[in-house]
Amino acid sequence: MPSQRLVIALTLTAAACAPTAPRSATTVAPLGGVATSSIGTSAREQTADEQVQHVLSRLTFGARPGDVARVRQMGVDAFIAQQLRPERLPDQRLEAWLRQFETLDLSYRELQEAYPRPNEALQALGAANRNSLSPADSAEFRRTVQGLRRVSTEVQSARIGRALLTERQLEEVMTDFWLNHFSVFGGKNALMRYAIPEYERAIRARALGRFRDLLGTVAKSPAMLYYLDNWQSAADSGRPRLESPRFAQARNRGLNENFGRELLELHTLGVDGGYTQQDVIQVARALTGWTFLPQRPNAQQLQRMATEGAPGGRPGARPGIRPGAAGRGRAAQDPRIARAIAQRLPAPGVFYFNPQVHDAGEKVVLGQRLRGGRGIEDGEEVLDLVARHPATARHLATKLVRRFVSDDPPEALVARAAEVFTRTDGDLREVVRTIVTSPEFFSRDAFRAKVKTPFEVVVSALRALDAAPDATPRTAQVVNQLGQPIYGRQTPDGWPDVAAEWMGTGAILNRINFGQAIGARRLPGANPEGWPGVDSLRSASKEMQVDAVIAHFLGGRVSPETREILLTGTNPLQRSGAVDDEMRPLPPIRGLAQLVGLAIGSPEFQRR
Amino acid sequence: MHRRVFVKSGALSLVTMGLSPSFLRRASFAMSLPRAAKGKVLVCLFQRGAADALNMVVPHGDPHYGRLRPSIAIARPARSAGTSGALDLDGFFGLHPALAPLKPLWDRDLLAPIHAVGSPSSTRSHFDAQDYMESGTPDVKGTRDGWLNRYLATCDTCEAGRAASGSGSSSSGAGTADRGGARAEPFRAVAMTQQTPRILMGPAPAVAMTSIDAFTVRSAGGVAERLEALYRTGSADLVHATGAETFDAVKRLREADPARYAPANGADYPRSEFGQRLRQLAQLIKADVGLEVGFADIGGWDTHVNQGGATGQLANRLTDFGTSIAAFVQDLGDRMEDVLILTMSEFGRMARQNGNGGTDHGHAGAMFAIGGAVRGGRVHGRWPGLAPEQLYEGRDLALTTDFRSVFSEVAAGHLGATHLEALFPGFDGQRSLGLLV
Repeated sequence: MPSQRLVIALTLTAAACAPTAPRSATTVAPLGGVATSSIGTSAREQTADEQVQHVLSRLTFGARPGDVARVRQMGVDAFIAQQLRPERLPDQRLEAWLRQFETLDLSYRELQEAYPRPNEALQALGAANRNSLSPADSAEFRRTVQGLRRVSTEVQSARIGRALLTERQLEEVMTDFWLNHFSVFGGKNALMRYAIPEYERAIRARALGRFRDLLGTVAKSPAMLYYLDNWQSAADSGRPRLESPRFAQARNRGLNENFGRELLELHTLGVDGGYTQQDVIQVARALTGWTFLPQRPNAQQLQRMATEGAPGGRPGARPGIRPGAAGRGRAAQDPRIARAIAQRLPAPGVFYFNPQVHDAGEKVVLGQRLRGGRGIEDGEEVLDLVARHPATARHLATKLVRRFVSDDPPEALVARAAEVFTRTDGDLREVVRTIVTSPEFFSRDAFRAKVKTPFEVVVSALRALDAAPDATPRTAQVVNQLGQPIYGRQTPDGWPDVAAEWMGTGAILNRINFGQAIGARRLPGANPEGWPGVDSLRSASKEMQVDAVIAHFLGGRVSPETREILLTGTNPLQRSGAVDDEMRPLPPIRGLAQLVGLAIGSPEFQRR
Repeated sequence: MHRRVFVKSGALSLVTMGLSPSFLRRASFAMSLPRAAKGKVLVCLFQRGAADALNMVVPHGDPHYGRLRPSIAIARPARSAGTSGALDLDGFFGLHPALAPLKPLWDRDLLAPIHAVGSPSSTRSHFDAQDYMESGTPDVKGTRDGWLNRYLATCDTCEAGRAASGSGSSSSGAGTADRGGARAEPFRAVAMTQQTPRILMGPAPAVAMTSIDAFTVRSAGGVAERLEALYRTGSADLVHATGAETFDAVKRLREADPARYAPANGADYPRSEFGQRLRQLAQLIKADVGLEVGFADIGGWDTHVNQGGATGQLANRLTDFGTSIAAFVQDLGDRMEDVLILTMSEFGRMARQNGNGGTDHGHAGAMFAIGGAVRGGRVHGRWPGLAPEQLYEGRDLALTTDFRSVFSEVAAGHLGATHLEALFPGFDGQRSLGLLV
């Protein structure tokens, strides 16, 4: 017989009404926390209960056990306000978990020194290839390679673990949004993995900050400079340079438009933002010299740099090039010169402005003249210009409304959000506040209108299960198999944020099979029978089990058919007889795990 | 409008798409005409990232080619064997040496390169250009569906012929009955990709998978049936509709069992992702699951930095590309009479190399058409030249053939498409290249 514990468990977990009950106001929060404060709540089409579900599905990566009761008690608006101030929310559980990782807090340079790439490790061991290593060195080499792998796997595991554990859910949702907006591909080169941890830290710190600050940070980040090639873009031949290049490497480079184009097309104005191919070139010219040193030159490269300043020493040398400080002729063979060059080089992995590759000519960007002879100010002014451009306000407002409200962003809300963006000089906290407190956000149309991305499918399942975070790469591999590898988007446009892009037959199968994997306990930390209240359910009727699973994983409301299928295990399309509604004997434990697997693979679970 | 809703609302949606009643009349007329013979297959292969056409199909006879690319040009065809020059085709063009596996196809008149072909749009954005090439509507961003999907949706003749001759598809269950005109040919269009590519998005069902093995529900004890029921009931939204398609497809594939077809004729596919995906497309063709349109893509062509010449980055990509295609042709053997491979990339790259030993985004590119239906052994398209004044915007290979001309010719001549105006709305520059035999 159902125990008192069971009743309590169901009250805690079954946040919403019974699945078959009509959508109505009968389940208004008993504590009256909802709809007491903010203006405009009367314009909300969603019931109080739906609003609780809705904010949890949009401002977080999915409700954990107890979240619904908590938000209902504190009030939807208080919850939103709290999430908009992440710095005030303690986050000890996450911080404690993150301490086990070695690589997350390190800088590019520290990572590069601690985790060299295989070739550098071989060089350090004085070997030409891995077959010529002594057994001891071979073990050392293996450790190095494993360490390098850890640099890329830890950052992925931590992304999932953060989304699972953090109290600062909205900040993490926004971090996810900006990392996707300013998408970089970790697989471009092994060097990318040194750049990504600090890239992520920098973006998270500004996820609800000012857009200009965020944009400037991205434009100076080794991750973006490397990914979109700006680190080696230089004034084209024939253009004046701010300083004469000392080394052939700098001399022989030319303009690379890649970052200039994506800055306008993806990061700011948007593809219909009214810029031309000329603007792309001008922006790229303005950003020449925004660079960093990916790695220290090796001895050979230093020696070459030391010799190539000599007049007539190389066919590539052009008239008017100042002889290098490295000296000339035989003096260049002096190792002290190479050492002197090495000492004057900037630190690897740190942004710097290189006047020797900067195009010092005049530029006209989006109709604005940038006079010649200037340095880093060129790029700063371009960023000022594009960050405050009306097309940027619209582009970002559209993307944010699509993320938080629906695939087809309501025009009126986009206009208001863009207006707030412009009025507040790109204050992202205020733009997000405008969106998530709007009538459009709480409209009937917006409720469960979004299809989860693979990352959201995995994390929301883990959160519903109150799973322990997985420090191994396994869960990240699952996200990858579902089609959204972390830092694995090759193209700089980021992952799509509309349902049609995520819904294919292969995608549905993968999601179904993900549910099956959880039911079969194949996912580390995720116990299908480990969520609160599950103990008392083992002795409950099948019907109670089903309703608890529906409440817990599917937000309490599913179609009658879904409930029936979960309950009876029959297909109503094929069924001829009546439903057996009787209390059933205790099912084996496997039955409940199976039920959880079905729920996670169900159509309802794919939405948020 | 969601594409699945489109499926359900049937002919009414044709009107809302902006097609006139006269189109509908012509469409119904066209339906009575028997067109494509059964068994024609088109396999589209997308080189994502903008492949460098000038080093892929090398215009070694153009006097400006070498000058534009001092360190990355492919050398003229070698007079002596064993060097790294272009593989001469016709005295003017040559294949990149890494495409040597395709040379025998040229010699057998099965390979037709098309040069200076691409999108008339001036965009140099990967995303826009891929979008246009897949939507088939350059410079029109509002197009929701891909042109291959529009072919599937409008070519009723082929579909009717196939459904009548199809086997094993009658037991697909009640769920398919309410899906309008979409018949139980779930593998009529297959993309060997994780997600449905843009080119196949739209109202007609298309399957995306990364491997044949993975295309199943991994469970036992009636769970798969219950999952199927969850997706076949309750709602008519995108998620449910996609799920219903999924279960149709799983059933059909299990019956056909393509895994029993090993590579034939000594075909040796590379172990690369691309090679393995082509191997599986060949299995699907041989298993007669009703495949009419196949798709796969291969990345790594965005060679801004150090792209290399006869060897290096681009050469490595071309090796994978060429070896995989050659194995596919070998594997299918005589079946290539009915199969046509068409390769494409969103645009070409700058004629001049950039400051980093690479090439930036350009304009016109090159395609390959391969198969028994192809008029091979000649390079199609008019060569615009590489002299400074001949370059597009002073920097890129100019365009002389609109990609829609190629797509139209293949869709009509090979697959028997009848409503080209629906495939490529607004395109009236159709001009036969004489690409097909």
